Parts: sequence; C-alpha cells; structure tokens
Amino acid sequence: MALAGRAALRWRARLPSACPAAAPLCRPAWLPAACGRPYSSRGKEKIDMSTYPVESIRNFSIIAHVDHGKSTLADRLLEITGTISKTDHNKQVLDKLQVERERGITVKAQSASLFYNHEGINYLLNLIDTPGHVDFSYEVSRSLSACQGVILVVDANEGIQAQTVANFYLAFEAQLSIIPVINKIDLKNADPERVEKQIEKLFDIPTDECIRISAKQGTNVEKVLQKVIEKIPPPQCNTADPLKALVFDSTFDHYRGVIANIALFGGEIAKGQKIVSAHTKKRYEVNEVGILTPNEQPTHKLYAGQVGYLIAGMKEVTEAQIGDTLFLYKQPVEPLPGFKSAKPMVFAGMYPVDQTEYNNLKSALERLTLNDSSVTVHRDSSLALGAGWRLGFLGLLHMEVFNQRLEQEYNMSVILTAPTVPYKAVLSSAKLIKEYGKDQITIINPAQFPDKLSVSEYLEPTVLGTIVTPHEYIGKIITLCQDRRAVQKDLLYIDEHRVMLKYLFPLNEIVVDFYDALKSLSSGYASFDYEDAGYQSADLIKMDILLNGNPVEELATIIHNDKAYAAGKLLCERLKETIPRQLFEIAIQAAIGKKIIARETLKPYRKNVVAKCYGGDITRRMKLLRRQAEGKKLMRKIGNVEVPRDAFIRVLKRETDK
Amino acid sequence: APCPQWPYCRKRCSYCNFNTYVVPAVDQAAVRACLVREAQTLLRLSQVHSVTSVFFGGGTPSLASPGTVAAVLEAVAGAAHLPAGAEVTLEANPSSTSAPALAGFRAAGVNRLSVGVQVRGALPAAATAAPRGPVVTVLPPQSLDEAELRMLGREHTAAEARKAVEAARGLFPGRTSIDLLFGLPGQSRDAWAQRLEEILGLCDDHISLYQLTLERGTALAAQVRCGALPTPPQDVLADMYQTARNVLVAAGFRHYEVSNFARKGALSTHNLSYWQADQYIGVGPGAHGRFVLRAEGGCSREARVQTLEPVTWMREVQSHGHGTRSRAVLSLLEQLEELLTLGLRTDEGITHERWGHFSPQLSLQAVFGEPGEAQALQQEGWLVLDSGGLRCTWAGLAVLDSLLPDLLWQLQRV
Repeated sequence: MALAGRAALRWRARLPSACPAAAPLCRPAWLPAACGRPYSSRGKEKIDMSTYPVESIRNFSIIAHVDHGKSTLADRLLEITGTISKTDHNKQVLDKLQVERERGITVKAQSASLFYNHEGINYLLNLIDTPGHVDFSYEVSRSLSACQGVILVVDANEGIQAQTVANFYLAFEAQLSIIPVINKIDLKNADPERVEKQIEKLFDIPTDECIRISAKQGTNVEKVLQKVIEKIPPPQCNTADPLKALVFDSTFDHYRGVIANIALFGGEIAKGQKIVSAHTKKRYEVNEVGILTPNEQPTHKLYAGQVGYLIAGMKEVTEAQIGDTLFLYKQPVEPLPGFKSAKPMVFAGMYPVDQTEYNNLKSALERLTLNDSSVTVHRDSSLALGAGWRLGFLGLLHMEVFNQRLEQEYNMSVILTAPTVPYKAVLSSAKLIKEYGKDQITIINPAQFPDKLSVSEYLEPTVLGTIVTPHEYIGKIITLCQDRRAVQKDLLYIDEHRVMLKYLFPLNEIVVDFYDALKSLSSGYASFDYEDAGYQSADLIKMDILLNGNPVEELATIIHNDKAYAAGKLLCERLKETIPRQLFEIAIQAAIGKKIIARETLKPYRKNVVAKCYGGDITRRMKLLRRQAEGKKLMRKIGNVEVPRDAFIRVLKRETDK
Repeated sequence: APCPQWPYCRKRCSYCNFNTYVVPAVDQAAVRACLVREAQTLLRLSQVHSVTSVFFGGGTPSLASPGTVAAVLEAVAGAAHLPAGAEVTLEANPSSTSAPALAGFRAAGVNRLSVGVQVRGALPAAATAAPRGPVVTVLPPQSLDEAELRMLGREHTAAEARKAVEAARGLFPGRTSIDLLFGLPGQSRDAWAQRLEEILGLCDDHISLYQLTLERGTALAAQVRCGALPTPPQDVLADMYQTARNVLVAAGFRHYEVSNFARKGALSTHNLSYWQADQYIGVGPGAHGRFVLRAEGGCSREARVQTLEPVTWMREVQSHGHGTRSRAVLSLLEQLEELLTLGLRTDEGITHERWGHFSPQLSLQAVFGEPGEAQALQQEGWLVLDSGGLRCTWAGLAVLDSLLPDLLWQLQRV
C-alpha cells in the first residue's frame, strides 16, 4: 500500500497542484488497485524494456468526434491489457483534468503503454491519447507524429461528424494506417451499415474493414487490439543507431521539474546519460526514464520505437520545446522535422475582477501556461478594466477551457472581453513601413488600427469550416453561413439523410456565437469543425463608440463594413442598459470616422431621492451611500459621463454570458 | 427624543417591510412594563436633562392602550424633564382610531397624531430625549381610494380613513398629520392629481407624502416582480412628485423636507431632530437610537439598535433593563456623513452652526468651498453653499441621491 500511496502522491504532484480542491476530483479511482497489476513499479523489478524489440511495438492513437466513445474505448483497452484493473469506476481514465471529465472532452494528450500477448508474442502497444476538438488539432498532429496508425471511432447512431472528417484528414495526411471502428452498436438506434457506407463514401475505406464494437459493453474490443497489431506497422528505427528522441509533449511538476514525453526514433536512453537539445543546444543529464501506464513508471532504459517519459533537470517548460529532438552529447543527429509552433487564432483581454488580485492571477496564468504553451500572453492594460493581459488561444473552445481551468484549478475569476481575431494591414505609407520595419503588420488591438490612407489592403483570417448535418436543416444553415459572409466550397451528401458542407468563413464571424446558433437551429444535430485557411482581403473599418461626443477607447472595434451598422446599434443599446442615468442627458453613439451610424439617448434623472429617511435604520442606507462614494474612484470618466467599470464588462463580455 | 416602538399590527400591509408582528393577543401589561423599563434605563444612560419630543411609532402604536402610552410618558418625565408643550406624536391607523380611543390617547398625553391613510410602517415608534420636545403623529389616509387600499393590503376603507382624519382633527386641531403614498402600481398622473385635491380638502396642517418604495420581501414587490402589477414609469413618478410639490406649495405649505410639507409652522419637531442629527433614543423592539452615553463617561455619539424580536427583547429588558442588541461608536467622519445625508433633505439644509457643532475644526466652507464635486454641483444648479449653509436647490432636492455620493466622496478625501 505504501507504494500505491507514493504513486498517488506523485500523481497529484503532477497535476496542476495549486488547487487542492481540484485534486481529489482528479485522483483516479483505480489507483489503490495498482499494486496488484503486472509490471508494477515495485522495488527494483523495473521492467526490462529490451524485451520489446521494434518489431513488437505499435504506436497508435484513437481519434473521434466528441462523445463517440474514444475515452471509453481507451478505458477498455487499458483493462483488457491489464494496465488497469477491471472495475466499474474506469471512466475517462486518461482524462485527468476536471474540465475534461465535466465536458467529456480531452484537452491534454496523455499516453499509456499496454502489454499484450498475441499469438505467443508479447507486444508493447503505446496508446497516445489525442484531444478531439479542432481547437487542439495542434496537439493532435504532434501526438500523431509519434504514431504509425490510428483507430478512427465513429458513433453507430450519429455517423460521421465534422470532427471525424477533420481528424481523418489529419491522420491521412500524416500517412498513418487507419482502423475504422463503429462504436455503440448496442444502442437501439444503431445503424452500423449506414455508417460503414458513409465511411466508404467519404474516406474510401471498404465497408468490410470496419470493426463493429460496443466499447461500453466490451463487445469486439479484443478484435480492435488484434487489428492494431496486424494492420499498424512497427516504427521504422533501430536501437543500434545513435539516440534520436522526439519531444511530443511536456508537463510541469513542481517537485521534479519538466517531464517530457518522448518517442525514440533511434538508439536508446538511460539514466545518467548526457543529452543535448537540438533546439536550445543545452546539455542535460538524464535523471529518470520510464513508461506511462498511464502514471509514470521508471524503467532502466527506453529503446528505439518506444514511447515514454524523461526527466532531465529541465527547469522550465520552454526547455522541453515540443517538436524538439534530443540526442546524446557529442553524437549529434539530423533533427526531426519538428512542428510549426501553435498559432493563436482568437484573442481576448483577460483582467482580474478586482485589481488587488492582479498578482495572484499573474501567478495562476504563469502556472497554467506552463502546461499549455499554446496560449500566448501579452501584458495589456485598459483604462476601464485596469492592468491585465491579451491572451491568444488556438480557438474558442481552447479559450473556454483555459478560463474554466483557471477557475477550477486556481480558483480565479476573471473578466474576459469579447474575443477578437488577428487582422493584418498591408501598409502603403512609407513612413509607417519605416516605423514598423515591414510592410505588413498584424493588428490584435483596435488602438493600433492604421488609417485607410496609409494602407493598401486590410486582411482578415479565414477558416475552412466543415458542417455535417441531417439534410432537413440545410436551408437554415446555408442562410446562417451567408449571414456570416461565408463562401460555400463544397456540398456533399454522405448518405441519403446527411450532408457535409464546407464553407470558407471569415474567422471573426464564428468566434462569438456561430456554434451556438448552428446548434440551436439544427436542434443540436449539426456538428462543426474548422481549420485555418489563411488570410483574405477584407473591407475593414474601425468603429468608435462615443459618449456625448467623446470616444471610449476600450470599446473601439475593428469590424467589416457590412456589419458595422448592426454591431454599432447593438453596442449602443447595451451601453444604454448598463450606464446608470445621470443628472444630464447622455448621447451614446457609434461612429465610423466622423459619420454617426447609430445613436441611443439616455435620459437624465428627474427624480432620485429616497422617500423615507428618518431616525430609524439609516445604517444600511449609509453603507450603500459609502459604497457609491467609494465607487466614484472606480468610475471611468468619459468627458463628464461617469461609467462604472461593470458597464464596460457587461458590454465587452460575450453575448452568451449576458 | 425617545421613540417607543409598538411592534404589533393587526394585519401586515403589502408594501411594509418594517419590524412588525401580527399576533393573536398581545400581553399589554408585559410590553408596557418593558417599554417603561427600557425608556428609564436608556434615559439614565444618556443623562439627558430635558426631552423635546416623544414619538410613538411601530407597528401600529394606536393598537396599544392609552394606559401604555401614559405609562411610558410618565417614565420619560420621571427620568428627565418633559416640558409641558413637548411634542408627543402617536402614529395611528384609521381602523383603530375611533374618536373615543383618540380621546383616551389625548388624555394620556398625546398631542399630535400621524394618520396613515395608506402608508404605514415608516416611522419608528419612539420617544425622543433631546434638547427639544417630542411630538405625536396619527397615521392618516394613505389613500382615499378603495381599490388602492385593497392593493396596499390596508385594513381600513376610504370612508374609515376620512372618518379617522376628521376625528383626529377634532381632537388634535392643527396637530394632525396625514401620510399619503403615490406611484402606486397603475396609478396615473391624473389619478394622483385628483387624489391630491381630495387630500387638500381633508388634511390639517401637515402632510407626509411618499413615493411607494418596493421593499424586498414584501407581497407588493413580489407582485410587481412577477408582472402581476405594473409600476409607473420613472418620468411619471417624477411628474407626480413635481405636481405634489407645486400644488402643496400653492396651498400654503412649506416643503420643509423631501417628503414632508407643513403650513402654519406645524413642522414635526421630532422628525426635524432626526434630519438635524440631534440625539434620539430608540425604545422597543428593533428601535434605533443615536446618543452619547454620558453615564458611562462616553463623549462620542453611538449608534444603537434594540433587539428585533419582541419576545427576546422583553426577556432582555427584564434581565438587563434594556434590550440593546448592538452599539457602535460613530467616528467623526461617520457622523458628518450622516449629517450630510440627513441634513440635505431639509429646505434649510445644513447650517454652519450645526456643522460646527459636529466639526469645530473643519468648516463647511473648508470642505465644500474648495474646487471639487460640490462646486461643480453648485455651478450646475443643484446645490447652494452660502452664508446660510449648504443646501439643495429646488431642482437638487429631487435628485439628492445622485448628489450624495459625490459629496461623501469629497468629504472622505479631506
């Protein structure tokens, strides 16, 4: 039990440890049973990894649309191979974060090594879990880089969905073997035959290659393992070569520093070796290597083709650059191609609700970004909201998940402004080109928006969106897409009832509420996914909001010309609802340059005095008045108009938060 | 000025969130004994020499027996000097103010009546011990309209209200005040103007009129919130208030406080003492007081609250002589904040003398004569600071609550 206890401790230490409240929720229920399983980390009997030569290794991922059963299948595979004991509690074993369990999604890739005997041969199967949503496709592609094959899970009832398509192409482009699996065949409405036909039509995979399973009940799961062994090739590499290890993920442990997940493309690695990072050229001594089962289990060595973890005295996550290649000191190798760094697609301002919380939030952000290096952080400040940051996220879900993790794991509540996208401007003014040192600039803050006169062209980011929907909603969806300035690229019936649509969207048209709108007009049946599709020319303008003629800097917005009127009207209306009446009339206007495009008028107070005030309880009344007096220093004065801070928050917040 | 509370009512009105209790039978003798005992104890603690006014509020103090009122007044007179002309007010409910009952109260020493025609539950019941003398008020006709009365959950009818006011005026000529509400759900400008005319035909020399405030937790607020009742728009409420001010001033009334009007000098001495931040002693369940505890060697004004729940309060009075639940010494800043908040409600505002009484070092001029919020408000025509002191203009009085945060903020920075 002592060992199990230690394992549990280490497990917790590896979680973002700042929030003790979150830890018990995340603690895996199956840990106490850990002692009983084979290959436990008991004492010195570390597993001898040399008994698993390259030929008996398979590295694979499971990819699926959300809720199609990826995590349940992973749980079953872990059970069948004895990696975890079979109990009723194994639910989303690899999803350690509270947010993952609550939302039923995978955010952070996890790995597990499975041992499986097939036809007398002991195999080492490395399951590299991947996030399911396109926001995390960066994580998916780096996980896939350590794989030779994938299990593509599709729900027997829902059929192919938008993320199924996106994930399929990621695997297909990485030239991986694909094992199609139709899950949930135990459901009453399951129609595996239809799904097989969809798979054939869309992915060109013969219907007889699909495996029909029920991950929940365990039906045919064994068959999936056999297919993994038969169909996925072993990694192509050699232990005799010099060490070549790909860093495909990293986490931060407050006690042990950086834990890097590595895949060996050549050679072997053991404690005590001196290694060098191809990226930073820094030298480290290996303290520990091991495999993940799925918690860390030290081994003597790791050999070519194997996947595991490494601890080597790296103090910061940036030292374990994802995509980096590690090699032995004095035995340099050609580095692996690596990855493009994650590119933020959505930006939002983040501010502490109370400025006194600034430092706490700062440290929470630092800790959280240690384990999520795809978030970019720039300091920013706003006259209305105080000091804060402008954060860049991979997408909307990423932003929501990040915010939720801040709340759950660090108990921080923050103000998040409406998300914006990174626009670009092609400069024509020689003066500006000289000033910036380049002729194309990225604008993430409307304050930096250059005037039309010094710009030859504005550019906006676009995405290629995939929508899969039952055909009865197609009319409404096409209208929605047109309203969002999207251009249709493809329309394909994947069977008699379902349609796949592809549209090129301006990114800013989908960042706020597109997904909600799509879900509501299709009664939840349509699915959506998108991928980066570069920049396109756009008729952009900067819209100002004026209070009695004075511009409100924090409400300036970059917007497409066609949308300015509606957006200006909405902002003015929301401001009218949130600014308290004052002693004079307030004109709330939206303007483009000198032209006013929308106006609301806030009438002055004509009567504002409490009716009854005697010697009774004026304590409560004094408290209220003192709070109002205190609030005066938090008021932002635009000309003579006093605007309470929360008015901005309410206006800047995303619509769904209203 | 002692303010004895009678916390019991026969029925709870739909808009009232005061500390009132509806119980089948009140043990008059026991409550009387406790009111007397607490009044004696607190007056002794304050070492007040002379009492200016006594105000019996509630609840519905007119449900108390005249004997109880007499006993409390005797106790006050026994513990401090109660001059013969001191104002002794009783709040009364039209349904419990028959002429014989009122005569009984007059015999007991009440000399002013405040009749809640439709309003009830506003005024703390109490006797005041202060340099000046107390007053009694009868609660008059909060409304003279049957439908309005029903909506307000009032127990009496319009006819009863009229009768009560007439009876009160007969017994307390020139000393009867009536309370009236406006801004009732569904009430129009015209309906209110008509109501005002009726009131002018009925009233004596003092009128309190209040915009209906929807207090949280009241039946009326719940009905409005769920949409069962409409509330008049802000503009209509502002018009109603202005109409009332104009009509009453034209009828010879002095608008001497935000919600109070008097002619022939019939101002409520007792209530004026609140707005001038004089000392007052709250007696009875849930009563509030502001006074200096001279008997304990105190020299600072204290805020005191008596225990809310009557049974508990009685037990405490019986064992300790008083049922004070909380006491807090008020800092100079807190006293000045209260003085500003209360004083600016009156037409006279805060005189230099009164301000100097609290703040001998830092004058009104020094705080508000400098460039800042008060000066800006003066320039905009809401406020006046001159040789008379600091006060609201006619327009400023209607928006006082928008001025106060600025003024307090300026005061806090001094």
